[in-house]
Amino acid sequence: MTGKSYSEVMARKNSIMKKALGLDYEEFEGKGLRFDYEGMMEKAGYSIEEVRKIQQETNVGNTPLIELRNLTAAARALAAPGKGARIFVKDEASNPSGSFKARRASVSCYYAAEKGYKGVIAATSGNYGAAVASQANMRNLKTIIVQELFDSRGIGQPEILEKGRKCEAYGSEVLQLTVGPELFYTFLLTLEETGYFNASLYTPFGIAGIETLGYELTEQVRARCGKDPDAVLVTHAGGGNLTGTARGLAKAGATDTKLIGASVDLTGLHMASDNDFNRKSFTTGHTGFGVPFATWPDRADVPRNAARPLRYMDRYVTISQGEVFYITEALAQLEGMERGPAGNTSLTAAFAIAQEMDEDEVLVVQETEYTGAGKHLTAQLTFARENGIDIRRGDPSDQVPGKNIIIPEKASMISVKEIELDKLRKSYIRNSLKHNDIEPGTLEDEDIEFLAEEVSKDISFINKTLKEM
Amino acid sequence: MAAKKIPAGTWVQIETVVLEAGNRAEHLPEDTKSHPLQMWVKGYLGEEAQIGDIVTIETIIGRHLQGKLIAENPPYKHNFGRAIPELLSVGAELRNLIRMGEEK
Repeated sequence: MTGKSYSEVMARKNSIMKKALGLDYEEFEGKGLRFDYEGMMEKAGYSIEEVRKIQQETNVGNTPLIELRNLTAAARALAAPGKGARIFVKDEASNPSGSFKARRASVSCYYAAEKGYKGVIAATSGNYGAAVASQANMRNLKTIIVQELFDSRGIGQPEILEKGRKCEAYGSEVLQLTVGPELFYTFLLTLEETGYFNASLYTPFGIAGIETLGYELTEQVRARCGKDPDAVLVTHAGGGNLTGTARGLAKAGATDTKLIGASVDLTGLHMASDNDFNRKSFTTGHTGFGVPFATWPDRADVPRNAARPLRYMDRYVTISQGEVFYITEALAQLEGMERGPAGNTSLTAAFAIAQEMDEDEVLVVQETEYTGAGKHLTAQLTFARENGIDIRRGDPSDQVPGKNIIIPEKASMISVKEIELDKLRKSYIRNSLKHNDIEPGTLEDEDIEFLAEEVSKDISFINKTLKEM
Repeated sequence: MAAKKIPAGTWVQIETVVLEAGNRAEHLPEDTKSHPLQMWVKGYLGEEAQIGDIVTIETIIGRHLQGKLIAENPPYKHNFGRAIPELLSVGAELRNLIRMGEEK
C-alpha cells in the first residue's frame, strides 16, 4: 500500500477487493474463460430459507402484491378481443428504505456484521445507497455512500440529490462526485483507508437477497390466482434485479414463467459525458447500463459479477422516457399509487405486453420504488425543461434521448421495442474472449459449454458465433 | 467587509479535487476529461474558518477529511418542480378509454 495516485490505487484493486469482501474469487476461477458460477453462488450466498430469516430480522420483504385493475382495464380497451393479461405489481416501495434494494443490502450488511467489519461502503447514485444505509443502521454498522451526483457546473441531478439526502438522513457519510468512472478510484481508496466492507450490488450476497422477491411473488400469485405467473417484468440495469428474481422464480418452481427485462432507451447519450449527464431524466433502469452489463457483466466493482442477466432473460425490450412518465402519471391517477418514476420502467412495458397476452394470463411487475422531492416526474420534467429538453405530447417513436421527451398523445402509442437477444449474446461471447485474451480456435469443450450456460443457448449457437468471428 | 467567520463545530460542506484535469482516466469523452474530478462532503468544521479556506472536517461517522470550505449547512434545495400540463389530463383520458372501450 501507500501510493495514492490513480494508477497506483487501481493497481492494488485486487488486494483491496479481497480484503473488502472477505471472499477469494480465485477459488471459483477455472481454466480458459471459465469460472464456477453456481459454486460461487452456493459457497458465498445463502439459501432462500436463510435469506428469508435474515430479511425478517430487518423488516425486508413480504411486500404486498397489488392487482392494477384500472390499468388492466385500460390495456384491455386497447387490446384485441380476449387479450389483455391481468397486471399485478409487487409494491417493493414498502421495504424500509423504499425500494427492492433493501433486499440486496440486507444480506450484505448481515454478512459484514457477522464478519466483524465496522462499516460498509457502496458506490451508487441510486436507491441502493439508502438501502445500505438503512440496513446497516439495523446491524450497527457505519456507512459511506459514494455518488456520481453533479456535472462540472456543480449542478446535481434532482433524483440523485434526493437519494443523497436520504442517505444523510440515515446518518451516512456521503461522498458526492462529479461525472466520471473514476468514482471507482475514490471508492477503492475509501475501502482501503477504512477497512470497511464493499457492499457491492454485484456480490453473491446482493443477488441472494433478491431471490426472495421471485420466490415471494410466485407464492403470492399461486395463492391469488391458483397458478404460476405467466410473465414477470423486470426493470433491467446492472442485471442483479433480473438475475435474483429469475433464481427466486426457479427456486419456487415457476419454471414456465417468462422473464422479460425492460430498460429505458437512452441510446445516443454517453454515460461518462459531463454534457450528457444532466440531459437524461432517468439515472438508472436504462440502456446505458442494461446493454453493457448484459454483454460484459464483469465490468462491475467485484472480480466476478453474480448478476448475469443473459443466463436468465427470455426477452428484452426498451421503452422511452416519455412513455414511463405517462404510465407513472397513470399509476397515480388510476390506481392511487404515487411511485417511481424510474422503477416504473417495467410497468410501462407491462402495459404494452399485457395487450399481447390472453385475458386469463397473469403478468407481474416485480417492483415499485418510493417517490419524493427530486425523485418525481414533476421534478424530473421541470429539471429537463430547465436544461432545454423539449417536452410535448406526440408519438413516442419520435423521441431523441437528450433532445426531447415525448409524452404519448394516446395510450395506444405505448409500445415496446425489441432488443435482439442473440445480438447481445454474440457480443457477450466476443467480450469474454477479448477480456480473457483467448483466440476462438483455442477454446476447450468446457469453455464452449460454459459460454452456452452464460448466454442460455445450445452449443451449436456458440460454435456458429465463434465461426463468424 | 471582513468575510464571516464560521465557528468550529458548525455543520459544513467542503470540496476537494480528487483528480486534476490532466490526471483523469484514459478513454473519457473530452467534455469530461477537460474538467477535474471533484468531490463534496459534509461534516463538522474542525477550526474556525471562512468560506474558501482549506479546512478539516469530521464527518458524521467520525472520519477526518480535508478540503476547501464551500458552504455552511447547505440547504436541500431539490423539490417537486412544477405541475406538468402535458400529463395532467392523462387520468381523464384513460378513464374515458376504459368507459368508452376505445380512444377518441
